[in-house]
Amino acid sequence: MHDFTYHAAGSVADAAAKVAGGEDAVLMAGGMTLLPTLKQRLAQPSDVVDLAAVAELRGIQVSGGAVTVGAMTVHDAVANSSEVAAAIPALADVAGHIGDPQVRNRGTIGGSIANNDPAADYPAALVGLGATVCTDRREIAADDFFTGMFETALDEGEIVTAVRFPAPETAAYVKFPNPASRYAIVGVFVARTAGGVRVAVTGAAGCVYRETAMEAALEGNFSAAALEGMTASADDLNEDIHASAEYRAHLVGVMARRAVAACG
Amino acid sequence: MPTVNMNVNGEAVSGEVESRTLLVQFLRETLRLTGTHVGCDTSQCGACVVHVNGVSAKSCTMLAVQCEGADVTTIEGLADGDALHPMQEAFRDNHGLQCGFCTPGMIMSALDLANRNSAPSEQEVRDWLEGNICRCTGYHNIVKSIMAGARAMAAGQGG
Repeated sequence: MHDFTYHAAGSVADAAAKVAGGEDAVLMAGGMTLLPTLKQRLAQPSDVVDLAAVAELRGIQVSGGAVTVGAMTVHDAVANSSEVAAAIPALADVAGHIGDPQVRNRGTIGGSIANNDPAADYPAALVGLGATVCTDRREIAADDFFTGMFETALDEGEIVTAVRFPAPETAAYVKFPNPASRYAIVGVFVARTAGGVRVAVTGAAGCVYRETAMEAALEGNFSAAALEGMTASADDLNEDIHASAEYRAHLVGVMARRAVAACG
Repeated sequence: MPTVNMNVNGEAVSGEVESRTLLVQFLRETLRLTGTHVGCDTSQCGACVVHVNGVSAKSCTMLAVQCEGADVTTIEGLADGDALHPMQEAFRDNHGLQCGFCTPGMIMSALDLANRNSAPSEQEVRDWLEGNICRCTGYHNIVKSIMAGARAMAAGQGG
């Protein structure tokens, strides 16, 4: 790892000032991706601004049919929150199956979504539930937030402060995990919401996306049978040593049917 | 160079580090607490698991400076003199190790589970060990050890 200057931010405003003040400064949330990236010398920031001590970014609030999770809330806190489990059990389930226990003890929702790994779990939950990303400058709909592989709508120095999830009528997430990393080879989040059915897919493509044909099929008949025989198009899907594009396309159909079945 | 202050195994320690110094480097190279191991150095294997403020963390994927003011517990902090911690005792009684390289991380991870769940099922233990890799045992006796250790802790034989 190349050396850098470390800063512990005391508030969101302080973090914003410090990140703007550095020549090539980066924000650090839980560090579960940033630190391995730095260790591999894939990045060489001048400054690392740690958000861990920013109390205003931590915590879970449930009110008015919505769950708001502070950006620095760790996965373990979401997974074990009785309030989240009561309001959106699928969200607690997603958080409880990210990585391993030590990753869940330190990894955060804000860090996960700002990183936007194509195989991360949280992006599927945000898009599947039609969540809203709150930053220190504005609010961004999840559908507009994830713009490409490791890319988001965040501007330079913009800080995610929280994510607001509207409670769905029912929802479930099923993933086919890589057995070593627990990242999703394919993960599908299905939700029936007041605004319609949403089917969000992670792991399969370069970025989380919605399977609109499956959404349409489920709109009239919310059952696994409505998706019988449906797969994703293999065009533009990821291909690596773990799975071919065709296999991933097949898995999208299987995981979607299992997710609908899990909705009960 | 930054100075970092933390409590390690109940003792206040401080040291000069670089920003990039990992917690595990600080523990092993500065404090000479070499019970915490570096296996993969890529946050996969769990040989470096310690507790930071009461919960398990991979010390190869934390900076020492992130632990300013934190309470850190390593494998060296568990035994009470010559009396092993019940979880350590359980690993010995159940032959929960072969080469022993992964054992410190296994025990620190197991304690985090036992602190949350005093009677974990076999499946719960196996799920919990997602972040701890052992290349010798096949995990069978590690799982037995952790279930026995958790029971012993719940029975109030220490911990």
